[in-house]
Amino acid sequence: MSNRNTGLAVEADGLVRSFGSTRALDGLDLRVPAGTVYGMLGPNGAGKTTAVRVLATLLRPDAGTARVFGHDVVTEADAVRARMSLTGQYASLDEDLTGAENLVLLGRLLGLARPAARERAEALLAAFGLTEAAGRQVKKYSGGMRRRIDIAASILNTPDLLFLDEPTTGLDPRSRNQVWEIVRAVVAHGTTVLLTTQYLDEADQLAGRIAVVDHGRVIAEGTPGELKSSVGSGTVHVRLRDAGQRPRAEQVLRTALQVPVQLAADPVALTARVGEDGTDLEAGEQAARALGELARAGIVVDDFSLGQPSLDEVFLALTDHPAVATDERDDALEAAR
Amino acid sequence: MSDTATTTTGRAPSVYVPSTEALATVLAPGERPARPSALSASLTFGWRAVLKIKHVPEQLFDVTAFPIIMVLMFTYLFGGALADSPRAYLQFFLPGIMVTSVVMITMYTGVGLNNDIEKGVFDRIRTLPVWRPAALVGMIFGDVLRYILAAVVILAVGLVLGFRPDGGLLGVLAGIGLLVVFSFAFSWVWTFFGLVLRSEKSVMGVSMMVLFPLTFLSNVFVEPATMPGWLQAFVKVNPVTHLVASVRAAMAGSTDATNTMWLLLWSAGFVVVFGTLTMRRYNRR
Repeated sequence: MSNRNTGLAVEADGLVRSFGSTRALDGLDLRVPAGTVYGMLGPNGAGKTTAVRVLATLLRPDAGTARVFGHDVVTEADAVRARMSLTGQYASLDEDLTGAENLVLLGRLLGLARPAARERAEALLAAFGLTEAAGRQVKKYSGGMRRRIDIAASILNTPDLLFLDEPTTGLDPRSRNQVWEIVRAVVAHGTTVLLTTQYLDEADQLAGRIAVVDHGRVIAEGTPGELKSSVGSGTVHVRLRDAGQRPRAEQVLRTALQVPVQLAADPVALTARVGEDGTDLEAGEQAARALGELARAGIVVDDFSLGQPSLDEVFLALTDHPAVATDERDDALEAAR
Repeated sequence: MSDTATTTTGRAPSVYVPSTEALATVLAPGERPARPSALSASLTFGWRAVLKIKHVPEQLFDVTAFPIIMVLMFTYLFGGALADSPRAYLQFFLPGIMVTSVVMITMYTGVGLNNDIEKGVFDRIRTLPVWRPAALVGMIFGDVLRYILAAVVILAVGLVLGFRPDGGLLGVLAGIGLLVVFSFAFSWVWTFFGLVLRSEKSVMGVSMMVLFPLTFLSNVFVEPATMPGWLQAFVKVNPVTHLVASVRAAMAGSTDATNTMWLLLWSAGFVVVFGTLTMRRYNRR
């Protein structure tokens, strides 16, 4: 456990994996520092899940190498398995069994004696707010509860590295926030978390570093701040009470933000990109300043909002193509599961 | 926010607020226990199969109702024609129909495995640092319980209908024991197909294609003496024939050393060949 908090948790070089004629991974490189949350961001079919499956010893790469805490995922798979766990995109517990039975079973498989496995299961169920549901079959759990029991199962062995494959896809906002809190607690305890997501704000909320993945390779990498500044971290939307004030508003915004201001089709609306390279203010500060300047100029604002750039905007900026997977590619990857 | 979250919760979830302290206690890295032994891991997976039976008892339908139907159907269908009476036929036929029913049930090993893969629970199992074949061995252990149950059900129906084995309790137990040994070995054929084939349906299809000729083209229903030569040649090497002859002998209170030896050789062969193919496939996906 010497490098539990130092060095690299994951080191992947030139990973290639094809399914039929589809190259799911096409020379993927990855460096995940230990003790952090690392986000892999990309649309469906980008190769995120394939990458996770290779790193979690479920798939062999056609080419390239990957190490987890220095152990090769192909030749030292057992050493890798002893230090990590995976919460997949699909239910990864036996749905016919109860939550408690699943956890006791996994505890036994990790080598705990029966009483110890039971104790551990109870503690986990309590910590994840599932004590009441302990005796219920997992197939009767709600989406949020299912995610929680999945993650509970994954930290049963207090792994040094936890893979979370799209942990919040399909969850309601409250369940999503719960998962985020859990991820924060897990990483605070020294576990490295590698999560995949389609949502920029999720990666932004949780990850120390992000790799943007497209067509099986990493097309951009850095801290959320670095990535956003390359795209502009947001868009300010303004709606005025009076369409007559729009030309004046445009002038004020342009001076305050020093960026081009777009006039929307709606005669009372304006938008502006903020947080672009070359300005030294955060998007929020820029937006606040813009709002202040509008008020000072006596312009009546009905609605004002600052939105993050969407994954689509990030993708457009990075690749010149929108973040939409072709159906064909999606199908090929789905079939290969 | 630009992302859209869809709500999938059917019922109102109890409000859960993750507590950092509670999570901290379960995250504290305790002592890592020693890796379980191969046997212990396999038995744990076997226990999973038992729990599944507890929660989904309907799955026992195929090891109870199906064998009963088989016994009744064929005893009365063929009994009068092939022997003096159904009761007389039963003395010959019961060990054979027991073998047929149990060997047919082995295909559910492949179906169950295929189902596990579909559902994703297999991913977690395959990332556990345990003896690699444990999950499959355990699964077959669970199936062995089902084989024993089916055999006992058939025996009970037979006894009610008038089957009187000369070998007594010991002979019957020995016969069931041989049947279980073969079925355990033969199940490895289905773990392989369960891993290779895409869907539950195709696993079923292949199973039927293999099982029907294997069980019917044997000495289960009639003595092979009246069959054409080419068919006799197949029946003679069919492992089910060796199995039925061995079980019949055991239940009649004797032993058929030649057939039993062939039976054990076939069983070892199935484990070695299909066990190896299965594990190769299991590791390589």
